[in-house]
Amino acid sequence: MLSANRISHVLLCNVTQRVSFWFVVTDPSRNHTLPAVEVQSAIRMIRNRINNAFFLNDQTLEFLRIPATLAPPTDPSVPVWIIIFGVMFCIIIVATMLLILSGIRQHRRKNKGPSEMEDTEDKWENTVKIENGIPCDPLDMKGGHVNDAFVTEDERLTPL
Amino acid sequence: MDEARPLWATPLQFVFACISYAVGLGNVWRFPYLCQMYGGGSFLVPYLIMLTVEGMPLLYLELAVGQRMRQGSIGAWRTINPYLSGVGVASVVVSFFLSMYYNVINAWAFWYLFHSFQDPLPWSVCPLNGNRTGYDEECEKASSTQYFWYRKTLNISPSIQESGAVQWEPALCLILAWLLVYLCILRGTESTGKVVYFTALLPYCVLIIYLVRGLTLHGATNGLAYMFTPKMEQLANPKAWINAATQIFFSLGLGFGSLIAFASYNEPSNNCQKHAVIVSIINSSTSIFASVVTFSIYGFKATFNYESCLNKVILLLTNSFDLEDGFLTVSNLEEVKSYLASAYPSKYSEVFPQIKNCSLESELETAVQGTGLAFIVYTEAIKNMEVSQLWSVLYFFMLLMLGIGSMLGNTAAILTPLTDSKVISSYLPKEAISGLVCLVSCAIGLVFTVEAGNYWFDIFNDYAATLPLLLIVLVEAAAVCYLYGLRRFESDLKAMTGHALNWYWKAMWGGVSPLLIISLFVFYLSDYVITGTLQYQAWDASQTEKLGKRINSPNHFLLSIQSGRKKKQAI
Repeated sequence: MLSANRISHVLLCNVTQRVSFWFVVTDPSRNHTLPAVEVQSAIRMIRNRINNAFFLNDQTLEFLRIPATLAPPTDPSVPVWIIIFGVMFCIIIVATMLLILSGIRQHRRKNKGPSEMEDTEDKWENTVKIENGIPCDPLDMKGGHVNDAFVTEDERLTPL
Repeated sequence: MDEARPLWATPLQFVFACISYAVGLGNVWRFPYLCQMYGGGSFLVPYLIMLTVEGMPLLYLELAVGQRMRQGSIGAWRTINPYLSGVGVASVVVSFFLSMYYNVINAWAFWYLFHSFQDPLPWSVCPLNGNRTGYDEECEKASSTQYFWYRKTLNISPSIQESGAVQWEPALCLILAWLLVYLCILRGTESTGKVVYFTALLPYCVLIIYLVRGLTLHGATNGLAYMFTPKMEQLANPKAWINAATQIFFSLGLGFGSLIAFASYNEPSNNCQKHAVIVSIINSSTSIFASVVTFSIYGFKATFNYESCLNKVILLLTNSFDLEDGFLTVSNLEEVKSYLASAYPSKYSEVFPQIKNCSLESELETAVQGTGLAFIVYTEAIKNMEVSQLWSVLYFFMLLMLGIGSMLGNTAAILTPLTDSKVISSYLPKEAISGLVCLVSCAIGLVFTVEAGNYWFDIFNDYAATLPLLLIVLVEAAAVCYLYGLRRFESDLKAMTGHALNWYWKAMWGGVSPLLIISLFVFYLSDYVITGTLQYQAWDASQTEKLGKRINSPNHFLLSIQSGRKKKQAI
């Protein structure tokens, strides 16, 4: 609708100290001012360009009676929190499984363990370990061996 | 014994376990509130006195009992006197109640943690309304952080009668929280002992980072000055002393059986006196440290809100009177307002109703505690910091560590007696018992994820544990001193640890601490009776504020007393 010399068709008036002004847009071909509704809908469409021309945004440049249409927040298709939740969930499940499985394996080893221990104990009683050429007897393995160093009670007291 | 009792790998693990159990969310969100309500710096006086007179002796008592008896709470009290096994059972029941609702907080912390990885933070902006001309109405009237908490996280219903359905998002987070707890307690002290290094130390790292950040925030000094200016007249207020005693009591987690359980895994020769003193001092220092951080954050938030309020007034006046940009500043605001009132009276009276009275004091005075502090006030402060995602992640990670640390103690209190019992442990291995307890607690905990779940949470939080614990600890102290015999216990301890018992502990156990607990008990009982019908705060979505509503069945608190009493008499 507007011809090449657009700026001259926009008339400012009532300029205040506030950096605010009223303006009307004229149509020279028909010699009348465009109705407010048309101007408002036009501004709504190109609001961004006007903001950028002034290096302002919707918060700092207000058009009275033209509420700004707010940009909706960009929602990703999968909410971010579910992704992170999924990652944590998998980590914890895997760690739990590992601990449980290793616990089961330890249980089985312990159940096998005592039966094997009994075999080795018999073997130890029969062999005598030798260190430095001197046979040593681990006290636990040789049961019931009298240690001559200890004198029994009866012999200490000389009988009357 | 066929199998030696599992032990802590080092005494340090035991200390860390106790610290991570005692240092919990109460240190962060209850103590700063109490400090603010009861005179700021002067609240430290009753707090420290109660610590030495009530906290340390009772903590030492519980640790000593656990270490001496080398069994969980049920077995330990049965050993002291067969008629007292009810005390142990009461401890287990209270721990069970606590673990049911406490893990919901961890679920919420997880929820916020997962949502912190977005730009902008979801609680910093309001969602748009239907035709995208403005923001959602409920969000406009309240604030975006309140909206995110009440609508997006809880989806709260107007009253407790309207339960609504289970919300799947918090339910998922709750299941995750229980899985994490199960992972940590799966192997008993073997796994717990390693986890407590993290749950005890990491919160301090985050608190130190927050301290540095908090103190450098604009307006932090306002909050600190407000908090620490002592109001000495509060010392005469009996409520200050009662709240100090209560805070020490519950902050250390006495009476749940967790401390007995932890101490039962100690070497008999462990010096638990030293550890008791260390743990109680660290717990109290952490409370004070956390309140410094909290108040610098408060100061920042209050200053930020105050300045935005002022800026809104400036903008309003500038627009209405077409003043030059930058003419109105904070310093000349009052003069210009009076000038405008005299020069343009009619126009000024039109604009006047919209001019808010901005006051820094009223912003600071909004004292908040509990989930409101953690999830509304802190998030509001965080969203205004630079790199808010980082601060948010750190903060909720810290809350999670604190919560999980306390949960480890709670579950230990339940599991130790169960695994000690020959009957149960012969049928099921340790892992299965832990799994069963976690499963049952999780299933019941889903109640707190329905739309009215937060109201149930508030009821449990306020009434489930207060009276029973006081009764339990009173009976514990009386039992050890008078039933078992203080001299006998003293000689037991001397034989066990090699140190003689200081007269101070004997005086406290025998006289002062039980008297304190009796007076607390009488106070709370009379408070309940005088209050009559109990109330809870409900969120009104139409007016976006909290209203007091009546709980229709006043039997809730009777239930908790009865459970304590009944169990005590069970043989």
